Amino acid sequence: MYGEFQLIDPAEFADFHVRLAAPSGLRRWIKPQVLFYFDGIPAFKPLPLGQALPMLEWGLNWCVAAHCHQYLVIHAAVVEKNGKAVVLPAPPGSGKSTLCAGLVCRGWRLLSDELALYDMDSNLIYGMARPVNLKNASIDVIKSFAPEVVMSEPVADTTKGTVALMRPPSASVQQAQNSALPAWIVLPKYLPDAPVSLESNSSAHTFLLLAEQSFNYDILGVRGFRAVGKLIDQCDCYRITYSDLEAAVLTLDRLVAECVYG
Amino acid sequence: MAERDLLLRALLTEPNQLMSASASQWDLLIRQARSSNLLARLANHFVEANLLEIVPHSPRQHLISALRLVDRQNIAMRWEVECIRKAVADTEMPIILLKGAAYVLSELRAARGRLFSDIDILVPMHRLADVESGLMLHGWQSLQYDEYDQRYYRRWMHEIPPMRHVRRGTVIDVHHSILPPTARVKVNTEALLAAAKPLVGHNSVYVLQPTDMFLHSATHLFHEGEFEKGLRDLFDLDSLLREFGSKDGFWEKLVPRALELGLERPLFYALRYTNLILGTPIPISVFMAAMVAKPVGGLLYVMDFCYLRALRPLHPSTDDTGSRSARFALYLRSHWLRMPLHLLAYHLGRKALIRDNETMAERNDPNIRNV
Repeated sequence: MYGEFQLIDPAEFADFHVRLAAPSGLRRWIKPQVLFYFDGIPAFKPLPLGQALPMLEWGLNWCVAAHCHQYLVIHAAVVEKNGKAVVLPAPPGSGKSTLCAGLVCRGWRLLSDELALYDMDSNLIYGMARPVNLKNASIDVIKSFAPEVVMSEPVADTTKGTVALMRPPSASVQQAQNSALPAWIVLPKYLPDAPVSLESNSSAHTFLLLAEQSFNYDILGVRGFRAVGKLIDQCDCYRITYSDLEAAVLTLDRLVAECVYG
Repeated sequence: MAERDLLLRALLTEPNQLMSASASQWDLLIRQARSSNLLARLANHFVEANLLEIVPHSPRQHLISALRLVDRQNIAMRWEVECIRKAVADTEMPIILLKGAAYVLSELRAARGRLFSDIDILVPMHRLADVESGLMLHGWQSLQYDEYDQRYYRRWMHEIPPMRHVRRGTVIDVHHSILPPTARVKVNTEALLAAAKPLVGHNSVYVLQPTDMFLHSATHLFHEGEFEKGLRDLFDLDSLLREFGSKDGFWEKLVPRALELGLERPLFYALRYTNLILGTPIPISVFMAAMVAKPVGGLLYVMDFCYLRALRPLHPSTDDTGSRSARFALYLRSHWLRMPLHLLAYHLGRKALIRDNETMAERNDPNIRNV
C-alpha cells in the first residue's frame, strides 16, 4: 500500500512516531491482537491482529485530526485536476470514499479520501495521498470499475464493517507534498437507482456542513469561522446525487472541463 | 547536548540557543515536550522571544498547533467558570478557583502556554451538598464510578467524585479541602478559605491569596503519585515564584504561612526542586527558614533520588535504570501520605484485585468518526 512512498532518513524530523505491535504476554498466541503505539505509548484499545492495516489507517487519521490545529482539518475527500481541487465533504455513508476512488481511477490526483488539511494562511489544501479506505459494497464496486487497481485483502468484522484499502496511484504519491487550490465543494450522495444530478447548493448550507464536518472547528474559534467562510468564497458549491459511479465521474469531469474551456 | 536534558535546556535557555539544533534534536524535543504536556509552553517560549520564525518549518507546525489549542482553552476556561458561577449562584456561595483555572482568570504568567484538562474548585465542607446539587441542576453529572469509588471519595477524600457536564463534556473537581482528611499532614483549611481574594470583575469568584496559591500547588505536586504532568506542575511553581516573588511581602510571608497552614514539608520540596531542576531564584533567607521541614537523615537523599528522576520530562529518552523504581516509590509514598496503613492496605488490595485497565488507551477512540 505504501510501496511508492519515500522513506525518510532516521536523522530527519518526523511528525509522528507510530508503531503497530502485538501486546506482550499470552495474547501473542491466543487470539492475537495488535496495538497502535503513539511515541511508545498505546493510543487505543487493542484490535484483533487481522485488523492491523485498518488500525494503522485510523491511527494515522487520529494523529492528524488530534494534533494538527495549524490546519482546519475537514472530514472530506480531496481530488485535483488541472491544478484545481474538488472537496467532497460528507457524513458517513454518503459514498464519498467511493466517488473519490472512482475519480482517482480515472486520472484525478488523490490528495486524501478522508482528511482535507486547509491552510488558513495560503488558502490551499494539503493531502497526504494515503491509501483510500473502501467499505462493504464499495470494495466490489471499485474492483469492477477499475480492475487494474491494487487492493488490500478485505478485512471483515471491523467496527465499520468490511474494509479494504486501495493503493494510491504513484503520480499522486509523488505529488503528495503539493497543495491544491480548492475550486469546488461538492456534497456527494449515493442514492440507489437515482440518475446522476448535479445541482448548486447554497453557501449557507455548505458552510454549516463544512463546520460540522471539521474536526477542529471548535478549537480554532474565530479563525475556524473565517477559514470556512474563506473556503466557501473560493469555491462553487454543488451537490451530486448518483447511483452509477461512471456517470458521476463523467459529470465531475465535465464540471472541470467547463471551467477550463467554458 | 545530552538527549535527556533536551527539553529542559530548551525551556531554560534563550530560544536562539536552539538555532543550531539538528533535525533529529528537534524531533526528540517535540516528542519530549508533547508527552510532558509542555508543547504549548515550549511554543510560548519562542513566541515571547519573538523567535517562533527561527524554528524549522516542520517542528514549527507542531508548536503552532499547540498555541491554537491554548488560545481556545483560555477562552473556554473563562466561559466554563462563568457557567459554574451561574450554577451555584443560588447557593450564594463564593467559589474558590484552584490551579489552572486560578492561573487563567488571575492572568498569571503560569497560565501562558499551559494546557489543562479540568477545573478544580474549593468550597467549605458544610456547603458541599448545596454546591453539588446546584451543579447537578445545571447539567453536571457524577462520572460513572461504582459504589465503592463513590463511598471511597465521599468518606476518605478531600473532593467529591469528578462531575462532567452532559452537553459540554467539561469536567469539574469539587474540593472541600486541599488534602484528604486522613492525610498525615493536617491542613488548616479554615485559614485557607478565610484569606481567599475576590477576583476583580467576577462576582462571587475567588482565588487563594498568592502564598496560599503557591502552597496549594506545591502540596498537590508533592503529594502526587503519578507524574504525567509532574514537570508541567513544577514549571507552574517556578512561574508562580518568579511572578509573586517580585511583589512586596511574598517571600517574607511564605514560610510563616506554610507553618500556619501545616504545609512546611511540601514547601521545602517545592523550593528545593524548583531550584535544583529549574534554577528558580529563591532568597537564601527563605531557603534557610524552610529548612525546618527538611527530612531528617538519609531520607533527603532518597527523596532526591526519586524526585530528580520522576520530575524529568516523561519520555523514554529521559529514563535511566532508577526511573521506574523512583516513580513506583513515589506512587507508594503518595498513598502512604494519604491515609493510615489499615485503610491503605484495604484500598490498594481492592484496587489490585479489581484492576481496571483504564489507561490512555481507553480514552481515545480509534474510530475518530464513524467513517
